Amino acid sequence: MDLDTFIQTLLNSIQTSSVYALVAVGLAMAFGVMKMANFAHGEFYMIGAYVVYQVYQLWGLNFWIGVVVAIPVVALLSVGTERIIFRQTGANILAGFMATVGLGLVLQVAALQIWGHGLMKRIDTPYMGAAEIGDAHVGWQRLIIIPCAIAMLIALRWFLYNVKVGKALRACAQDPETASLQGIKVRNMTMLAMAIAGGSAGLAGALMAPIAAITPYMGHQIVIIAFIVIVVGGMASVGGAVVAAIILGFIHTFVTTLADSTIAAMVGIGIMALTLVVRPQGLLGREKP
Amino acid sequence: MKNHNDTTSGSASGGMADTPAAANIHWRQKYGGWMAVIAILAVLCILPFHMGLSRVDTATVFFISVILAVSYRLVTTTGDWGFSHIIFQGVGAYAAALLGKHAGIPFIVMIPLAGLITAAIGAMVMFPMLRTKGFGFFITSFAFGEFIRMIWIKANNPFGGTGGIINIPMPELFGLKLFSLVNYYFACMAFMVVSVFIMWRLDRSRIGNAWKSIHTDDMLAECMGVNVARYRTLAFMVGCFFAGIAGALLAYRLGAISPHNFNINEMVYVVIWVVVGGAATFWGPLIGVTLLTIVFEASREFAEWRPMIFGGILILSLIFLPGGIEGLLPSLRRPPREHYARFRNWLTTFWPSRGV
Repeated sequence: MDLDTFIQTLLNSIQTSSVYALVAVGLAMAFGVMKMANFAHGEFYMIGAYVVYQVYQLWGLNFWIGVVVAIPVVALLSVGTERIIFRQTGANILAGFMATVGLGLVLQVAALQIWGHGLMKRIDTPYMGAAEIGDAHVGWQRLIIIPCAIAMLIALRWFLYNVKVGKALRACAQDPETASLQGIKVRNMTMLAMAIAGGSAGLAGALMAPIAAITPYMGHQIVIIAFIVIVVGGMASVGGAVVAAIILGFIHTFVTTLADSTIAAMVGIGIMALTLVVRPQGLLGREKP
Repeated sequence: MKNHNDTTSGSASGGMADTPAAANIHWRQKYGGWMAVIAILAVLCILPFHMGLSRVDTATVFFISVILAVSYRLVTTTGDWGFSHIIFQGVGAYAAALLGKHAGIPFIVMIPLAGLITAAIGAMVMFPMLRTKGFGFFITSFAFGEFIRMIWIKANNPFGGTGGIINIPMPELFGLKLFSLVNYYFACMAFMVVSVFIMWRLDRSRIGNAWKSIHTDDMLAECMGVNVARYRTLAFMVGCFFAGIAGALLAYRLGAISPHNFNINEMVYVVIWVVVGGAATFWGPLIGVTLLTIVFEASREFAEWRPMIFGGILILSLIFLPGGIEGLLPSLRRPPREHYARFRNWLTTFWPSRGV
């Protein structure tokens, strides 16, 4: 691997890490607050990409309008999931999880029926060209993802630690019963957590739309990786999810460059197995999965 | 009432001669289940001679599904709801395909051998998964299952990559050509009956009780001297063994297998069979797999919509039927008002409620 390929892979891995972080943070947050494990998270990501396809490619509006529309659409979908599924299944984590597996299938068929068949949807790249660093070429479309994801994560961090509602959300994650004794409405916090989870997944999908192949099944790969990330990072730990997303994003991209993507996915699962044997609670987690 | 006589009260009235009516009830309670099973088997023996060949084929797949669903439920009695059972069916299928094609092992040996190979691989996979339980088990088993599936996709040499293995030879059993659909129907039925019987005995044995005790309270079970890790591994291995048998039967029936046969959608069907039927008793998965096979066949025209139909069934049954269809029977005695209240409660979740 020469220097140019290395720089190119490095930038690609930063971009991959930021997408993983966006997807996994929402998953970890929803799991942390009310133990809501959402398998349809990958489908939320898929819907985010399809919203951009609809707004940008079919309606011909600005790309950023598509991104901004994708976030509330997916967040609403996510809140609806909380109301219809998680509130009913309650403390039974597995039942909620299985129901969202069913929801994933429903959303896949819905996307197939709404946006039609075909192998994938092509989206014209809004930002053509590539940044040239030495002889390395990295498309602007990929580089744009990095500041967006970092801004989102910093905003989330600021929200969770400096805003009263965000602090209430963390209190619910630590102990819902005590939090409700302090006058925090746990149900509203649960909805908020799901909205943030859906919004970040929608943002990730929207940003990836011009790069990735948009199919109804594109969420499958990402949701496996997202769950590996939160198992490695510690199930309910948002910070752990970010750290693990960076580690796995780098490993994934470098192994993909050196070998191929299937082997990279296998390495990811191997890392998860190793984590479970050596440190079952994850990198920054407190309780065992 | 004499209606509720059981064996203990029968023996309590021991010395005296039972009245014919009481003896009759006693006899029916003792052998009624067996008679129902024999009657169903008799119908299944006559059926293939009166159905079209495509129906016979469907019924063959149904028998394989029964083995799969019952073995999946067997693993869940320890509380380990996995998401990789279909992958272990695939392991058995690949074992049967490779060994049947290249080594020429006879059918009757190959099926249990495929089960044993699958159980051995299941034991290897179970080792890291012992650290997890509940939800963590579900997600890690899914990831490990994907790992195995990626090996099939990646390794072109023995496993044939994404194309899989084709031209699996159709075996002979005691001189009968199993290429005939009716013959294969009876072979699958025989394996189904034997497998379900073994699993039924296991479910009622000491081992089965140990598995259920782990589900109820693993700490308490450990204190009572149940080796939790060993029994969980055992349950997983037994489940994998029968999944492997189902896979080997499927491989011979299809004649060609690929990683696509064992993807997540197929696994979702297994979960739906067990969840909709109910996992509390041995018979729940049988009810579930029977009903949902009927739904599956009835929805043949809407093949594109099928994942949505089944996903919807899964969601609705988890919300409204937490105990599955078998749990429905006691709830039928409840007044309809309660069912309406539950439905109305669900409806109110669509709009915001005030307060907690």
